[in-house]
Amino acid sequence: MILESLGKTTLSVIKQTREVFLLLGQSLYWFFVGPFKKKPVSRKGFFAQTVFAGVESLAIVFFVDFFIGMVLAMQSAYQLQQLGATIYVAALVGVSMTREIGPVLTSLVIAGRVGAAITAELATMKVTEQVEALETLSLNPVRYLVVPRFLALLLMLPCLVIVGDLIGMFGGFVVGVTQLHLTPGLYFDTTINFLTIKDIMTGLLKSAVFSIIITMIACHQGLSTEGGAEGVGRSTTRSVVTSFILIIIADAILTALFYFAKT
Amino acid sequence: MSDKEIVISVRNLTRNFGERRILNGINLEICQGETLVIMGGSGCGKSTLLRHLIGSMKPDSGEVWMFGQDIAKANEDELDQIRKKFGMLFQSGALFDSMTVGENIALPLREHAKLDEDIISIIIKMKLELVGLRGFENLMPSQLSGGMKKRVGLARALVMDPKIIFYDEPTAGLDPVMTGVVDKLTIDLTRKLNITSVVVTHDMGSVFRIADRIVMLHQGNVLQIGTPDEIKHSKNPIIQQFITGAAEGPISFMQTGDNYLEHLTSKIKE
Repeated sequence: MILESLGKTTLSVIKQTREVFLLLGQSLYWFFVGPFKKKPVSRKGFFAQTVFAGVESLAIVFFVDFFIGMVLAMQSAYQLQQLGATIYVAALVGVSMTREIGPVLTSLVIAGRVGAAITAELATMKVTEQVEALETLSLNPVRYLVVPRFLALLLMLPCLVIVGDLIGMFGGFVVGVTQLHLTPGLYFDTTINFLTIKDIMTGLLKSAVFSIIITMIACHQGLSTEGGAEGVGRSTTRSVVTSFILIIIADAILTALFYFAKT
Repeated sequence: MSDKEIVISVRNLTRNFGERRILNGINLEICQGETLVIMGGSGCGKSTLLRHLIGSMKPDSGEVWMFGQDIAKANEDELDQIRKKFGMLFQSGALFDSMTVGENIALPLREHAKLDEDIISIIIKMKLELVGLRGFENLMPSQLSGGMKKRVGLARALVMDPKIIFYDEPTAGLDPVMTGVVDKLTIDLTRKLNITSVVVTHDMGSVFRIADRIVMLHQGNVLQIGTPDEIKHSKNPIIQQFITGAAEGPISFMQTGDNYLEHLTSKIKE
């Protein structure tokens, strides 16, 4: 019995993984080949998604990254104070925000906000026959629904991560200056001195990969929804949970590649 | 009917969902300019048949010929070309929630035809007038009643001037007057514009008002094809029960077989 259900789960995971990659392939196909077939990505849809995924996410990214930056500074100060090295709080906050916390936390927040919204919207369209209606109007759902969302988040998530990095460092700065008696100039200089371009670039590259995970999982779950309102709820939950897990796994793999792989 | 051109031809269409056979070798021909009604009880395969006619499902075996092409074997591009020649009215209208009524109707035009916005706006007004909803183009679908949504769905299906329109339960959930309105629209479109209509429904009143020919499906098989008169006077007890809506007859509401006692005591025996 256990073996049987284990086998079934494995098969279904393999099947879904295949479908997600197929969807990614189709999205890339429509992005690159669509314009030559006179079927380009809808600009209006792309801009609407950009505003939704990017601009409207600023507030939540601001709050989450600002406070996590503060927490990071306070927690590391506790340790570093014992060594008499509070100045390194600036370095620690800067490096960990750009390398790790900024991209991962921002992506998780966006997976919850944008990914869930994408799945819920596409799933509702699926169960109310709107996706089928698109097909009968000779409009490919991947081209019309998936590609604008895919491109919008691919562009906006790294932008949000840059904003999140800066705000996180600012959160650390506030703690450093007000609680740890560091001068603003010293804090600023230490942050800059310890940051390398690689820290920032790897963080942004990670966020681009995370954005692909978020949209592909969200769109795949949405478009494969069945079974009315309950199905929409189930898909949305599954979309967010799967995105979370895959983002963390991808983060581990990418970090290993960037910083531990022997060249 | 036989002297008319055949626009859709279904040959030996078979489809299974897992172990269950939904369509069992369907043969059907639909002529230019006729209104064909596909009727049958819930789960008889009529919606599945419709999905095969519009190419959104692929058969396990058999052929569906439309405009001289087997759409079961057509690739995406070919299917897109065929789909531009027919329209589909979905059960709930399937309007895009994020767009206004006007944008819904204009979508196929904007995507497939390079037309001036002024012309598009005129076409929208014409199509809305056709379904009796002139002046509604700036409303959102959520502001419309069920019947209005269906009529907007019909306007959208008509916007590319299709040769065939498919209707999925066009009168389900409508009040009697609105049912009459939708029926009249179907008849008008067929008569005035010589559009072929394929209607899936189990609303008997509507069936006899609009149909030129009727196909009765039962458990994945074609039971009978005939004119409304032939169907009305059919000797087949299943069809008679379906028309009159009698609870007793060959169509059983029990779908579980006759092993009731065994089923009741199955736990005990284990």
